Amino acid sequence: MSVPVLSVRDLQVEFVTRRGTLRALDGVSFDIAKGEILGVVGESGAGKSVTGSALIGLIDPPGRIAGGEVLLHGERIDNLDAESLRRLRGKKIGMIFQDPLTSLNPLYRVSEQLIQTIRTHTTLSERAARERAIGLLNEVGIPAAERRIDSYPHEFSGGMRQRVVIALALCAEPDFVIADEPTTALDVSVQAQIIALLKRLCAERGMAAMLVTHDMGVIAETADRVGVMYAGRVVEIGPVGDVIKEPKHPYAKGLMGAIPSLEAEIDRLTQIPGSMPRLSAIPAGCAFNPRCVDVFDRCRSERPGLIGVGDNHKAACHLHDGKGRA
Amino acid sequence: MLAFVVRRILQSILVMLAVALIAFTLFRFVGDPVNQMVGADTPQAEVEKMREVLGLNDSTLVQFARFIWNALHFDFGISYQFRQSVTALLAERAPATLELALAAAAFALVVGVLMGVYCALRKDGFLAKLFQAVSLVGVSLPTFLIGILLIYLFSVALNWLPSNGRGQVVKVGDWWTTGFLTVSGWKALILPAITLGLFQMTLIMRLVRSEMLEVLRTDYIKFARARGLTTRAIHFGHALKNTLIPVITITGLQLGSIIAFAIITETVFNWPGMGLLFLKAVQNVDIPIMAAYLMLIGFLFVMINLIVDLLYAFVDPRLRAAMQG
Repeated sequence: MSVPVLSVRDLQVEFVTRRGTLRALDGVSFDIAKGEILGVVGESGAGKSVTGSALIGLIDPPGRIAGGEVLLHGERIDNLDAESLRRLRGKKIGMIFQDPLTSLNPLYRVSEQLIQTIRTHTTLSERAARERAIGLLNEVGIPAAERRIDSYPHEFSGGMRQRVVIALALCAEPDFVIADEPTTALDVSVQAQIIALLKRLCAERGMAAMLVTHDMGVIAETADRVGVMYAGRVVEIGPVGDVIKEPKHPYAKGLMGAIPSLEAEIDRLTQIPGSMPRLSAIPAGCAFNPRCVDVFDRCRSERPGLIGVGDNHKAACHLHDGKGRA
Repeated sequence: MLAFVVRRILQSILVMLAVALIAFTLFRFVGDPVNQMVGADTPQAEVEKMREVLGLNDSTLVQFARFIWNALHFDFGISYQFRQSVTALLAERAPATLELALAAAAFALVVGVLMGVYCALRKDGFLAKLFQAVSLVGVSLPTFLIGILLIYLFSVALNWLPSNGRGQVVKVGDWWTTGFLTVSGWKALILPAITLGLFQMTLIMRLVRSEMLEVLRTDYIKFARARGLTTRAIHFGHALKNTLIPVITITGLQLGSIIAFAIITETVFNWPGMGLLFLKAVQNVDIPIMAAYLMLIGFLFVMINLIVDLLYAFVDPRLRAAMQG
């Protein structure tokens, strides 16, 4: 197997606060291969966005990476100095944010923002950069790009702005892009367009992507694999079809059960009782044990690791390690 | 848009009329001006004649109307103490005050923005915290005290800079005198400009700091960082530009108070401007000068506010749309 575009090994992120150290990510590991889209789902606060920020070294103090490794094409990037990391951002790893209405600087024309980003990472002349910017806008589906490029962000609609944001993230042709809830702030009809666009761009450019969202529909439609996060840990990861149809971890089961379906005739959607623990009060053992319907003694003391439960499919649950409920 | 402009101008005129009424009332409250002008042994007939000439026997309304009419022609009467046209007296001293105000505003803006940006970017640094603490002093110390301290340090103890006057001035054009063209003029300007601008400087510094910290937290700055733009481009391009819009507004509004507050600084440094003239007028109950000065400062504030309002409407497309609707 070739070297994955991105590897995350046992990543730990901590926030040092006055009330103590909070562990936002605790031992997160996953790989993303070339051209692959990894969906990351979970409740708010599960650590999805923190993972995205940690990968490109944009965790603001008091947060910090406390352990683990991030490898890009097999080389560590989590221990790079600030300047090398800056050169990497945008050039090797692109990032798309949630809200296109606030992601663009309102005082600069779209052309200025694009050209500035392109010229930061390449040696192109002003004119060549402009050509490339127009090409990018065409590629992300902005009609009449030559004319629209000199508009200000507020002159675009929300969906068009998200296309501009995507164009900005792709300026220097990164190998890997992190999309942090790219469709949450958009209309449903526009969401579908943006997802289709992302999918097409990844396929055309052979780009790997990490798609953070809490919309299972988006994951099902876009991702190749999906990781389910809970309280700063990956609890299940595997091919998207397997995880959605046959989730192994009780939390993932609960999540999938909460998706409304047209075929199944059920009166009520299942819901997971309780709520995710605060970072300051994560229970010992499996973090999900207080809410789990299948909980037994070992879950309260011993933390489960990710174990294979199928082809390329892993879950972190004692139910599946073969030792049973003993 | 036009309706808005007309409405704002009408409001401004109303405010000016109110200011004029107050200025006019000054004449009524400070006793009989004729008594100020004549000696104790002036015959009664002479006094009566004077009253008639000055129009003091007309009804109040007629006098007020005449006051406004004259004011519109820049005629504020004759100063009691100098026996000269008030307008000429003010015009003669206006360059000194305006140059001082300009220097103070420039000092406040440049130093305030630089220090504010520094404090925002190094918000936990020692120097930034020192600036913050010192700026509190700048805000709370009264102007005259700062002026006197500066004089003590730089004029008395170190003997570097003059403690009073404008230095040597050069006449430019028919009625403008400037201190900008001589070395002594510049030296004389330094201490008063710092004194006058210090309060505004600390204000701008604190404003820039908090605005910039706010801007640095926005999504578009995060996105700019995620695109790998250089720290310099992010701080001084993206962040600073967004910071400066409210700062420029505040500075514009503060220009009026800089000119108005110049009274104290001019007194401390014996600066031959309009403020000093006003203070002498107060001491000598020279009502025409006081009234004219009041009108002038009132006019200044009304104009600045009007311009800022119109500029807002011009700059902000959302405001413009709201006005049409």
